[in-house]
Amino acid sequence: MLEIRELHASIGDKEILRGVNLTVKPGEVHAIMGPNGSGKSTLSSVIAGREEYQVTSGDVLWDGKSILELAPEERAHLGLFLGFQYPVEIPGVSVSNFVKTALNAVRAARGEEALDASSMLKKMREALQLLEMDKGFLSRSLNEGFSGGEKKRNEIFQMAMLEPRLAILDETDSGLDIDALRIVAQGVNGLRSAKASFVVITHYQRLLDYIIPDVVHVLLNGRIVKVGDKSLAYALEERGYDWIKKEVE
Amino acid sequence: MNDRLSAQYWLHEKELTAYSSDAVRDRRRRAMELFEAKGFPSQRDEDWKYSSLKPVLSPHYALNSPCAALEDEHLEYADIKRFLVNELDAYRVVFLNGRYTSWLSDTTHQGFDVCTLSSAWKKYPETIERYFAQLTEDLGPLAQLNTALAWDGIYVVVPDNVVVDRPIQLLSFTSGAEPRAIQVRNLVVLGVNSQVEIIERHQSLSDQPTWTNSVDEAYLAEGAQLRWVKLQHDGPLASMTQHTRIQQDRSSRSQVHTISTGGRFIRNNLDIVLNGPGAEARMLGLTLGKGKQLVDHHTLVDHRAPNCISHENYKGIYDEGSKGVFNGRIYVHREAQKTDAYQQNANLVLHQTAEVNAKPQLEIFADDVRCSHGCTVGQLDEDALFYLRARGIREPEARAMLMLAFAEDALAGIDHPSLNAKLHKLIAGKLGVDLTLDL
Repeated sequence: MLEIRELHASIGDKEILRGVNLTVKPGEVHAIMGPNGSGKSTLSSVIAGREEYQVTSGDVLWDGKSILELAPEERAHLGLFLGFQYPVEIPGVSVSNFVKTALNAVRAARGEEALDASSMLKKMREALQLLEMDKGFLSRSLNEGFSGGEKKRNEIFQMAMLEPRLAILDETDSGLDIDALRIVAQGVNGLRSAKASFVVITHYQRLLDYIIPDVVHVLLNGRIVKVGDKSLAYALEERGYDWIKKEVE
Repeated sequence: MNDRLSAQYWLHEKELTAYSSDAVRDRRRRAMELFEAKGFPSQRDEDWKYSSLKPVLSPHYALNSPCAALEDEHLEYADIKRFLVNELDAYRVVFLNGRYTSWLSDTTHQGFDVCTLSSAWKKYPETIERYFAQLTEDLGPLAQLNTALAWDGIYVVVPDNVVVDRPIQLLSFTSGAEPRAIQVRNLVVLGVNSQVEIIERHQSLSDQPTWTNSVDEAYLAEGAQLRWVKLQHDGPLASMTQHTRIQQDRSSRSQVHTISTGGRFIRNNLDIVLNGPGAEARMLGLTLGKGKQLVDHHTLVDHRAPNCISHENYKGIYDEGSKGVFNGRIYVHREAQKTDAYQQNANLVLHQTAEVNAKPQLEIFADDVRCSHGCTVGQLDEDALFYLRARGIREPEARAMLMLAFAEDALAGIDHPSLNAKLHKLIAGKLGVDLTLDL
């Protein structure tokens, strides 16, 4: 469903992605690992349509069609979701109204009717339950004053509400304690299905103890340099990235 | 223009002062003489540096007797209905071209006075003598001009321990086939522990330039509470200059919202004088500028007594071509120990042709105080915008959501759902936002 072909992208004069190839099929879970500055977050931003990055060559295909010309919201309408590494605080917009507006915007773009109030509420309750979150959460201002763990749970909550076909989780595990990590993983696993795919971007193997990936990619200097199964993640955890760097050289 | 205004006064002084004591007449005279000596402020005056009155003063305004009714002009309920907060059960005081319109109004003298200044000259000369123009002596030429020519506006006098049961809607309309300049003068006197709420709106119904020059004097005795919403959503040819001065005794509270979303030229001076210990003031402002609009806010909080609190939050969103000024002065006297003063002014500038001049001015002469201020001028947060769009919210809606969220806290403290809804509707309309979008 997602196919990235020889993707080159830069910000200003600096080239960050230098030929990325990645194919994700329905139902698959992919992990992208790599040291700081390897281009992990750039990759997720480019897929989601962030305008600061220029794609200089290559392509990103969704069901075989390029999405590079699409606005971020149009990509979301297709069923793409980006879980942010640093969710933005927006005072004055409540979680519930934000999610409601987003879900109905996506539904409208697909020609579906807005969800009625009671169905919306029911859906929110289910998602909250999955993430062991309190109802009071819904009336709080979006991410304002949230702890790191609450912000990340809020991302997964939104994902549960929007039911994307492909979710990219950008370092969702960073800054989480072990309980929060378990809950976030529980949220993701609860949404796994034959149709939903995930790309989990992470520094560390520990999230992958909970979310078992089908494929592990290593991103280094803007290129995917190694592909393997989950045992690759363990190897990285044990030995670090240096041996791969040497291998590449 | 100066001479014509001067003539307007001297020609009609007799009518204006027919029921007043010599002392009140002398206050008017002195005010006129001050205006004649100083003339209109120019951009050489520090307080008017960014705002030129030229476009306000250039039309040839009809200047009739300030007191006589204009027979050729008439208002029907249908004309004004859309400018009211209809769902709100309120006293209503309606003016047309600076004169009271009784058949559209609902005033009272039962238990307290909610009526008009034009009737009070004759009916309550003692109260007039005690309060009229006592707070405005030191103000600038526009306020002096108003003092000289003042004839009508609301007159609200509330005895001790009385809570006015309904809000007061003050509506002042301008109309007519020629450019019109009017004076509006409001007097509010609140007794000990009394309460009142005012919703004020000025509206031009004419396709000619109009200029409303308004002055408010409000006296709050110990424990009194005043809430005032000033809605400035006038048409593109309407100008408004306004000076509001509120004097507060011990433990009194004021809350003033200034919502400036329309009009061509707006200059607001809001002065709060905290005279008694423990008095509190909240000043909130929301400005939405677009096109050739200029909105200039000058605020002053004069902390003269200890343990007072002032909280000020002004927000501005300026789109193409518009200009804004915020000058927020806080003066803390040596006696005003334990003052808690907070001032926040945040502005969004959406277009390269928009301009904001912001100047916080804190003068503190007491040593044990808590004073803080913040001022920001920026654009919509691109990260926030991307966040909303990445969730499927289209760019125009995402922008609107962020602007409404930005504006929201300037509306805090407006408790009437119908008024709140009306304000949101006006704001949404001005921002070009779909109303079905809720926050």
